[in-house]
Amino acid sequence: MYFEKIVEIIRDQLGLEEDVKIEKETSLMKDLEVDSLDAVEVIMKIEDEFDIEIPDEDINTFKNLGDIADYVGNKKG
Amino acid sequence: MSLKGKTAIVTGGSRGIGKAIAIKLAQQGANIVINDVVELEKMESAVTEVKAFGVDCEALKADVSNEEEVKDMVKTVIDKFGGIDILVNNAGITRDGLLVKMKESDWELVMDVNLKGVFNCTKGVIRSMMSKRSGCIVNISSVVGITGNPGQANYSASKAGIIGFTKSVAKEVGARNVRVNAVAPGFINTDMTDGLPEAVKEKFMENIPLGRYGDAEEVAEVVAFLCEDRSRYVTGQVITVDGGMAL
Repeated sequence: MYFEKIVEIIRDQLGLEEDVKIEKETSLMKDLEVDSLDAVEVIMKIEDEFDIEIPDEDINTFKNLGDIADYVGNKKG
Repeated sequence: MSLKGKTAIVTGGSRGIGKAIAIKLAQQGANIVINDVVELEKMESAVTEVKAFGVDCEALKADVSNEEEVKDMVKTVIDKFGGIDILVNNAGITRDGLLVKMKESDWELVMDVNLKGVFNCTKGVIRSMMSKRSGCIVNISSVVGITGNPGQANYSASKAGIIGFTKSVAKEVGARNVRVNAVAPGFINTDMTDGLPEAVKEKFMENIPLGRYGDAEEVAEVVAFLCEDRSRYVTGQVITVDGGMAL
């Protein structure tokens, strides 16, 4: 359920149409070609949505959206 | 009333240039949060003057060099006013002395308040402004941040730092319609300059083409312009308000 919500946040933040495929293996920077400011804003929205704080050192470990969903899941426990 | 309905935080807003800025923005219709490190009763006269313009005004005590206090202040403002449209980073102190005799603590205190304070407050509000795709930040630098000044290595360095910070952040957040500019006042009649020896004041005067010291209101006019929609295509700039002193 975290993944679905994260996808919703990304679609909303980046204004992506439904036909743009977003999967757990999708990378924000490589596949969706977002710039660093967009990426930070997506992270900020995720932080707000799930009421968590994601430190920079953790952000650097995310390879794809599945990693972010797993991370949020762990944080929310 | 070009700022009607907007909410502005003015740090160091209880006296001097900060108070003049708070009053000028209130004149333009903005609701004002006066921040200072002094006790609330010492901010009362500024609050009264601001409220005379029929706007909402709140005084909040917070040390800008303390990240937690700034976070609390920003949260209080967002809860009360629903958002922040304008931040004027004006809080600043001096601890003058020749470098050869300058204590490390005087260096650190000036950098903490003048430069780290700008970082803390800007970081505190930037998230909200980016989300709203709108916002305006004005940082009060100083002409000595451009020219340097003997006896003010710490103050000049902090004010020069503000200029680099202003330009960097302007580049970072311009795409989110948040503008960041700096104003660099010259010699302005305030409590801060009142204490200077006459000989120093005379020396300054020799280098002011307009032949007089400035008033806080003259700085506030430029700050107000930078907060208004009239300056919507201006960002990352340093505007000197110095009677030509830095020429």
